[in-house]
Amino acid sequence: MTIMQAEPMVKIRSLRKRFGSVEVLKGIDLDVPHGQVVCVVGPSGSGKSTLLRCVNRMETIDSGRVWVDGELMGYAERGDRLHLLPPAELCRQRRPIGMVFQRFHLFPHRTAIENVMEGPVTVLGASRAEARRQATELLERVGLADRADHYPSQLSGGQQQRVAIARSLAMRPKLMLFDEPTSALDPELVQEVLAVMRDLAASGMTMMVVTHEMGFAREVGDQLVFVDGGVIVERGDPREVLAAPKNDRFRTFLGQVL
Amino acid sequence: MEVTPTGQMPTGGSPVELPINAVRPPRPGRLIGAAVALFFMVWLAYTVIVNENLHWDVIVSFLMDGRILGGLWVTIQLTVFSMAIGLVLGVLAAVMQLSDNPVLRGTSGLYTWFFRGTPLLVQLIFWFNIGLVFPNFGIGVPFDGPKLIEWQANELITPFTAALLGLAINEGAYMAEIVRAGIRSVDPGQREAAEALGMSHRQVLIRVVLPQAMRVIIPPTGNQFISMLKTTSMVSVIAGAELLTVAQRIYLGNFEVIAMLIVASIWYVVLTTIASIGQHFIEKRFERGHAALGARVRRNLRPFAKEPA
Repeated sequence: MTIMQAEPMVKIRSLRKRFGSVEVLKGIDLDVPHGQVVCVVGPSGSGKSTLLRCVNRMETIDSGRVWVDGELMGYAERGDRLHLLPPAELCRQRRPIGMVFQRFHLFPHRTAIENVMEGPVTVLGASRAEARRQATELLERVGLADRADHYPSQLSGGQQQRVAIARSLAMRPKLMLFDEPTSALDPELVQEVLAVMRDLAASGMTMMVVTHEMGFAREVGDQLVFVDGGVIVERGDPREVLAAPKNDRFRTFLGQVL
Repeated sequence: MEVTPTGQMPTGGSPVELPINAVRPPRPGRLIGAAVALFFMVWLAYTVIVNENLHWDVIVSFLMDGRILGGLWVTIQLTVFSMAIGLVLGVLAAVMQLSDNPVLRGTSGLYTWFFRGTPLLVQLIFWFNIGLVFPNFGIGVPFDGPKLIEWQANELITPFTAALLGLAINEGAYMAEIVRAGIRSVDPGQREAAEALGMSHRQVLIRVVLPQAMRVIIPPTGNQFISMLKTTSMVSVIAGAELLTVAQRIYLGNFEVIAMLIVASIWYVVLTTIASIGQHFIEKRFERGHAALGARVRRNLRPFAKEPA
């Protein structure tokens, strides 16, 4: 059941971002409604990862506005001027936004369960016992209960990525960002990560997924966005868009990845 | 065991054993080198042992002398305290160096530039004579305002405090570089992952970056510690009452110069040996999560090693 809410979970308007002299995002407008899965695809260097990183303000932006759950990211609006948020406020804004990286970035000096406990204990001030109970549950949910005491270097790529997802979920996020979560994995390990993500989508999580997995986009995505050259070139229902791409560049891109 | 002529394709179903029992080629050069080295070492030991000028009986009798042990204790204290303070100063300076704020960066840069740029010996003598520049120290309003408490430099600056100041502040400048290299060695993705969880800069530093930087920081810090055990002997110029100063005081009385230097050297070697062993165990502790890969590689390289029980 979908409850229609007036304000989308993520609202991006006229977003521009440049690195030095190169403008990588040239005015992006995008809505991610509550409970939806939006898949962002595009050739490498198209700005799709940067777009994702602007949502939880891992990147500063040059112009435009990003709202998450109705809250303007990175700035406070007072009068008719924007004020940069102090670091503590930024941390508070990032807390309910989970992020999963292409290269996992698990903490190598902590075991799987310690990785999952880290956020609740350090950021939310949860007791270790409570955090451990929750972490055990989450590891079970991603199918790794028996790997709780392994260090990341003792886990396969797919297992590491599933721990990374559990680590994000431990913060009880209302939005999950996935930055090419399966691109660093061997082909046979991709499915176990996609299965966890599919499960997460079915549970009603709002997700933004930068991916090359068109099968996943077709099956799970509510919206597909094709980014090329810093602009959204085509968007729509993944099943329709993938079946009949209108834009030439999108058609060429699909010919290369499918 | 079935024997097949070498080089023929075996006809049976089971593989044939072909053991290797190779003869090593002779290495005459290496043999001669070893013999020369052995001869040299025996000769050196002989000359040292039979030399009557070395006074081994004196060396043995002074090894456990109360004054020597007292000096040894001061050396240990100076090393541990100045390394501890130096480490704290180093972390502080390194974090400032990596800050976005140019004033903090500049302050830290000035500190390392000055204290690495002047000789430690000069710094030690300077701290010992600081009373000549600042006769009084106090806590109160800066810029010559009223003072709450005041001390005379002559009471405050003993040889021990001067030595501690000199060694610790000098060490901090070197540790700053070591810590900075350690922090920079941590994958930036680690910081991003921690920030995405909503950690503050301080939490990211303490929970994620520093524990991983330790792996890079520990080995050179161990070297610094071992080096510091011996650097404390420089304190003898301000009569610091550490091992070398005490040995010097004794030989000024009994003229056993070489014997006393050997007594001090034996203790220095003992200290550095203990420190090296400690370093090994601390390094192992911070290999957590990384040891697994090394063990796996070693296991793969020795496919016939015994499986651990």
